[in-house]
Amino acid sequence: MKKRDLISKRVKDIPPSGIRRFFDIIASMDGVISLGVGEPDFVTPWHIREAGIYSLEKGYTSYTSNYGLLELREEIARYLKVRHNLDYDPERELLVTVGVSEGVDLALRAIVNPGDEVIIPDPSYVSYTSCTVLAGGVSVPVPTTIENDFKVKAQDIDKRINPRTKAILLGYPNNPTGAVMDREELLKVAEVAQRHSLIVISDEVYERLVYGVEHTCFASLPGMKERTILLGGFSKAYAMTGWRLGYAAATEEIIEAMMKIHQYTMMCAPTMAQMAAIKALKDGEAQVQEMVAEYNQRRRVMVKGLNDIGLTCFEPRGAFYTFPSIKSTGLSSDEFAERLLLEERVAVIPGSTFGQCGEGYVRCCYATSMAEIEEALERMGNFVKRHRAI
Amino acid sequence: MNEIFRILEQDARKTPEQIATMTGIPLAQVEETIKKAESDRTILKYKTMVNWDKLGEEQVWALAEVKVTPQRDVGFDAIAERIYRFPEARTVYLISGTYDLAVFVVGKTMHEVAGFVSEKLAPLEGVQGTVTHFLLKRYKEDGEIMDGEEGPKRVPIMP
Ligand SMILES: Cc1ncc(COP(=O)(O)O)c(C=O)c1O
Repeated sequence: MKKRDLISKRVKDIPPSGIRRFFDIIASMDGVISLGVGEPDFVTPWHIREAGIYSLEKGYTSYTSNYGLLELREEIARYLKVRHNLDYDPERELLVTVGVSEGVDLALRAIVNPGDEVIIPDPSYVSYTSCTVLAGGVSVPVPTTIENDFKVKAQDIDKRINPRTKAILLGYPNNPTGAVMDREELLKVAEVAQRHSLIVISDEVYERLVYGVEHTCFASLPGMKERTILLGGFSKAYAMTGWRLGYAAATEEIIEAMMKIHQYTMMCAPTMAQMAAIKALKDGEAQVQEMVAEYNQRRRVMVKGLNDIGLTCFEPRGAFYTFPSIKSTGLSSDEFAERLLLEERVAVIPGSTFGQCGEGYVRCCYATSMAEIEEALERMGNFVKRHRAI
Repeated sequence: MNEIFRILEQDARKTPEQIATMTGIPLAQVEETIKKAESDRTILKYKTMVNWDKLGEEQVWALAEVKVTPQRDVGFDAIAERIYRFPEARTVYLISGTYDLAVFVVGKTMHEVAGFVSEKLAPLEGVQGTVTHFLLKRYKEDGEIMDGEEGPKRVPIMP
């Protein structure tokens, strides 16, 4: 009897994560310094945690509205108004999600028909391509390069548009590169989206983590609110990754569509997390600024350190990642990451994990203590000396 | 520029070179700022926070609340000075409320601290009365939790 395939073709077609094997190596080693993390090294500020605890004490343990607590949506609307001068109706144009992760999935499933193409800058966060495929779409990478500080160019997007193109998925400040888009280029992207009637999904989970530059919210560009699905979150700015909370802001029509999926797959975002997030938005600003100031100091140390040891690194202006070139070693990014881990016990993520254009780079996260950053840089320096290509 | 002092306040061992990298302020300017601050007492001194409990060395601390009679022209300053010149008085604040001066006193034994309060502090002219509270346990000092703070438990590899 022929053995029946248990797993769907769609899921099988998604390549396994290339970094899984690093887990096993790390688990078997002592004294590893990890620059491979993807989240803050701060614990959620106490007053936010305390709000979560208080909500449990008060018995807030039930479901909320599918859209999320109205009070939270009102706070999010206020935040978007104050920060980006955007007007979203908290009753119809906002949806509280289980992290930006769910937001990406909902956005894509809500708009993509089988075979529709989604344009995604390369390198980018790993979930974009997989979620596009899971939604039945086709991901179309647009290369970005170090020559342009890994910012995507509107003209490169334009070149890849055809009648099947449905959306552009932007993630800036960018994971893994730390690139931040400037307003002028985003205006050009907006023009392209307008001309071809495309939707722009904008993952702005790192919007608060920018250094010396302004973050431009895509939805705030002229005429873009109508065609943007803005995804925002609490994970990075408030160090709330484990709470699993984010939000989507878009037109009523799109939010309604996303909510349809959300109500059957998720019901609602965690209630305790929603209660804590209200507190975060109401008075978390001082802590956000303190954390940003710290990241900025570490960022400067990391960028200088990497350049000093011969791993050329452009100056990332956002998120908490540096993306140095490892070409001077002659190793592939995968080899580099594996050998660095085995020989010097420093974990980084191969750039190729984030798309073909990430080959030749590794992602180093500086959301880690200054002492660890300094030690990691020293170890990496020794590694590079040994492996310099002749 | 205040960022330089914030960094030093957290870690006095940071070198001017490190501070220059961390802040993006040119090295010469960092050095000059620190030198000037040292000479005009903006930086009072560099010190280390030691957890003496770990070393098994007994230290007795007390907070003495001191009620005083302010004097004409000099207010509380003259009496405060008489008090803060004693080395046993480690920290002296003028505060609002039911008493006037908060004096943190340190000694080797309870007897020694009590002796200081009753023999040196209380009899001073202008001191109306004192209330002494002995410190039983230090939980947090100047922003540092004595037991240490647990960091987040993160997954070491995450895309
Ligand atoms: C670019 C990007 N988007 C989304 C996420 C997921 O965020 P959340 O915790 O809100 O699901 C991450 C997490 O690393 C990310 O880097």
